[in-house]
Amino acid sequence: MIQIINTGVANIRSLQAAFDRLGQAWDLTEDANEIETASHVVLPGVGAFAAAAESLDRLSLREAVKQRLQDPSKSTLCICLGMQLLCDSSEEAESAVGLSVIPETIKRFDADVPVPQLGWNAVTPKEQSTAPYTAGEAYFANSFRLTATPPEGWGYAETEYGGTFVSSVWRGKTLACQFHPELSGEWGQGVLANWVAGNVIQEQQDA
Amino acid sequence: MLKSRVIPCLDVNDGRVVKGVKFQNLRDAGCPVELSFHYEEQGADELVLLDVTATRQERIAMLETVDKVRKRLSIPLTVGGGIKTIEDAERLLNAGADKVSINSAAVRNPDLIVDMAARFGAQCTVVAIDAKTTDGEFQVLTRSGTEAESLNAVEWAATAQRLGAGEILLTSFDRDGTRDGYDLPMLSAVTEACSLPVIASGGADSVAHMIEAFEHGAHAVLAASIFHDGNTTVMKVKQELDRLGVHVRI
Repeated sequence: MIQIINTGVANIRSLQAAFDRLGQAWDLTEDANEIETASHVVLPGVGAFAAAAESLDRLSLREAVKQRLQDPSKSTLCICLGMQLLCDSSEEAESAVGLSVIPETIKRFDADVPVPQLGWNAVTPKEQSTAPYTAGEAYFANSFRLTATPPEGWGYAETEYGGTFVSSVWRGKTLACQFHPELSGEWGQGVLANWVAGNVIQEQQDA
Repeated sequence: MLKSRVIPCLDVNDGRVVKGVKFQNLRDAGCPVELSFHYEEQGADELVLLDVTATRQERIAMLETVDKVRKRLSIPLTVGGGIKTIEDAERLLNAGADKVSINSAAVRNPDLIVDMAARFGAQCTVVAIDAKTTDGEFQVLTRSGTEAESLNAVEWAATAQRLGAGEILLTSFDRDGTRDGYDLPMLSAVTEACSLPVIASGGADSVAHMIEAFEHGAHAVLAASIFHDGNTTVMKVKQELDRLGVHVRI
């Protein structure tokens, strides 16, 4: 069963519909024990960094989510703002505290590109041997992003928008995506399916 | 780099698509669910569903339509038409919209933009602007083009950005349905005054029109008739755009 952390966000219907299409059962959870024990947990994207961080505190889920993320053998998926929450903080709300799984600060896109980034962009895994998906095009809807590469032990993918940013990170069965796999067509469905199955996708070797 | 988007638009009335639709290989040509999925398969980057109904009862039917489309669609879905309050927007998001487009209500009450952006995020808050050229100015129209406002579309786009909108859907009333191409002077003026992504709408009849729109600052092009008529497909259009040097998702 996939447990989607219910941070009070309105628009997670698309994610639920995507799991439905994959034939995967899901439920919403606000329960620390479920977050610890569920086979699969999703930290979905919400509108604002501060509101999301606050809602984890309000529901007393911060420690449970953090502990789960320390265990790469557990299947955990963080989408959009969910990925940003892995970091220490964000320029969006400097007083708000992230989960500090990745010791970096999330930064706003530079002023020379339209913000938010809305639309399809290429996602390129840098370390295909550990990657949960192959290169593809994904739908983004974000004003902030991770610019620094993650610490050792994490794989990552890059995307170009006003310079290079880190569009996804993974470690074991933990996957975080700045893009929305649930809105990224067939390729995105594949990303979700691989995460559900716990697959690493080796690049196909030419014969 | 970010791709230029091609977005089919469906006008929906009481659960049915209401512009002339001539697809032959669809069981139910007027069904928004079938058509939406068909366009996704053809490579549409997003879809816009525009609720053109008038009554409260029909608006409830729209929620069911959005729910049904969402179940099948794995690309972004914007829903617009008749949204007056943040509760209206929330109902559509809960039904499965990813973005909500507001038009007349935002002109009447610009705080709605502020509230939606705060509650759902800028990326979810689309401000639709219908405008026409009057004495060399781009004049905003509301209520499906029936009311002329003393509001300049270029200034309104900049205001919408300042209030927290994440995207502008700019429709030329003069060009809508004419097949004469997008209103390029209006598009240039808006994209110069506002750094948000702008979707050009109204007047598309060819790939050439779409290229003009991208050259005049559009991030996305909306089209209805060109796809509904069945003379071309989203994929054919995107392949042609790609061949002519526009970066699109193929």
